[in-house]
Amino acid sequence: MTAAPLLRVQNLAVRYGDLVGVSDISLAVAEGAVVALLGSNGAGKTTTLNAIAGLVPPASGTIDWRGRDIARRPAHEIVRSGLALSPEGWRLFVQQTVEQNLRLGATVLADRARASELLARVYELFPRLAERRRQRAGTLSGGERQMLALGRALMSDPKLLMLDEPSLGLAPAVVERMYEALAKLNREGLPLLLAEQSVELALEIADHAYVLQTGRTVLAGPAEELAGNAEVQRIYLGVA
Amino acid sequence: MILLQVVVGGLLLGAVYALFSSGLTLIWGMMNVVNFAHGDFVMLAMYVAFLGYTVLGLGPAWFIPLAAAVMFLFGLLVYFALIRHVSRGPMLAQILSTFGLALLLRYSAFWVFSANFVTLPDTLVGGNFAIGGLRLQASRLVAGATALLLTIGLDLLLTRTALGGRLLAVAEDRAAAQLVGIRPDRMQALAWGIGAASTGIAGGLIALFFYISPTVGESLALIAFVTVCLGGFGSVPGALLAGLAIGVIESLSAYLIGPVYQDVVVYALFVLVLWVRPQGLLGRA
Repeated sequence: MTAAPLLRVQNLAVRYGDLVGVSDISLAVAEGAVVALLGSNGAGKTTTLNAIAGLVPPASGTIDWRGRDIARRPAHEIVRSGLALSPEGWRLFVQQTVEQNLRLGATVLADRARASELLARVYELFPRLAERRRQRAGTLSGGERQMLALGRALMSDPKLLMLDEPSLGLAPAVVERMYEALAKLNREGLPLLLAEQSVELALEIADHAYVLQTGRTVLAGPAEELAGNAEVQRIYLGVA
Repeated sequence: MILLQVVVGGLLLGAVYALFSSGLTLIWGMMNVVNFAHGDFVMLAMYVAFLGYTVLGLGPAWFIPLAAAVMFLFGLLVYFALIRHVSRGPMLAQILSTFGLALLLRYSAFWVFSANFVTLPDTLVGGNFAIGGLRLQASRLVAGATALLLTIGLDLLLTRTALGGRLLAVAEDRAAAQLVGIRPDRMQALAWGIGAASTGIAGGLIALFFYISPTVGESLALIAFVTVCLGGFGSVPGALLAGLAIGVIESLSAYLIGPVYQDVVVYALFVLVLWVRPQGLLGRA
């Protein structure tokens, strides 16, 4: 982590009316890295990712993405610049087919041939999606929906992929497959920023992690350090 | 034989109902805004067609596309000048704004065109002809067939093209659409344009066989609302089915019971269907 980071968030605060979403979040993602945002429910992980993706406007703070401040830019512009989010709850277009969802993911690409290339890559990563390409997204199982959400985000050819709780509500075997896919994508050079409640899972794949508590970054460090720190786990992550 | 004649006549009229109702259902489905001025859009389109004929000397093959183009632009104007601003406000502001727009259009029409009824000459789309014992008015046949094809075309646009996919994506989940790089604002403007263009074509078609007056939109708006409720909010195939059904029911009850009561039957059935199936025929619960 010597070069200037790809993404750097400093002192981010988000308010929903009178409610404070997050009050002071700072983090950085380096080229090629996997970074985990840890914390219990309500710690501010989703708000942080949504603010970076442009879905909610920050009240203060900066979001530096490849040398440009993208705080308060609209979401459609941010994804166009190569920063994609696979959102909480998947947010699939359930009335449309699997393939239509994936094609919509490529909206920002001007190059049609590139879109077809990416589609082939997503189907290679998740053959299950290829089998179900003509099915409506609303008919998929939870695991397939997560695959489709990830695939749809990949279709924008991102330079950094953010994932909100990729393991939430999935069977352990499915979670394992999902994390294998994420590890593979990262080996191929894609940096990842993932919010995860499951500490063990996240620290296994991550290089670096941040611990969030009530809307603030309270701890940061290399994943192996946090993983070895029982006290940290007990206090901040609610793990016995 | 007369009964069949009545049913076919109802279907032809119903197809036109389906066309402008699908415009209303598209706008509703895209942004949950009820366009109370929809019937007055049709009225406006009828006057555009009338002026196209009387002032510019155009035939139906020209003044109907002209009405569609004018109404498309008018839809964009209404979206950018009015809807975009009030859609951030409370629900009541949205309802009252399109209601206000309806009154503005209606009374502007009184002012500009006077309360007198006008008609296009019924020879524009020539006379009557018979197919296998059925006697049909050519103007109604042309109107019905054109409306049917365009309604089906609108559904194909929405379900089979990339642009339609983007429109439906915004309709389903605005935030998710933004996350894949769609600009919801543009899609909503386009929905208003397309929705208004559907009234443009329908208005041009209706003007071929119906009188034009500033208040003609009132009853058409009611038909559009009934059609959209019956077919299911946001569903174009639903609007098509419901439009055809309402056309046939109207004609049948006018023939069997009497023209005065045709509306009673339509609305009675409407209430009954909603009582049994509140989401409409093809709507999602």
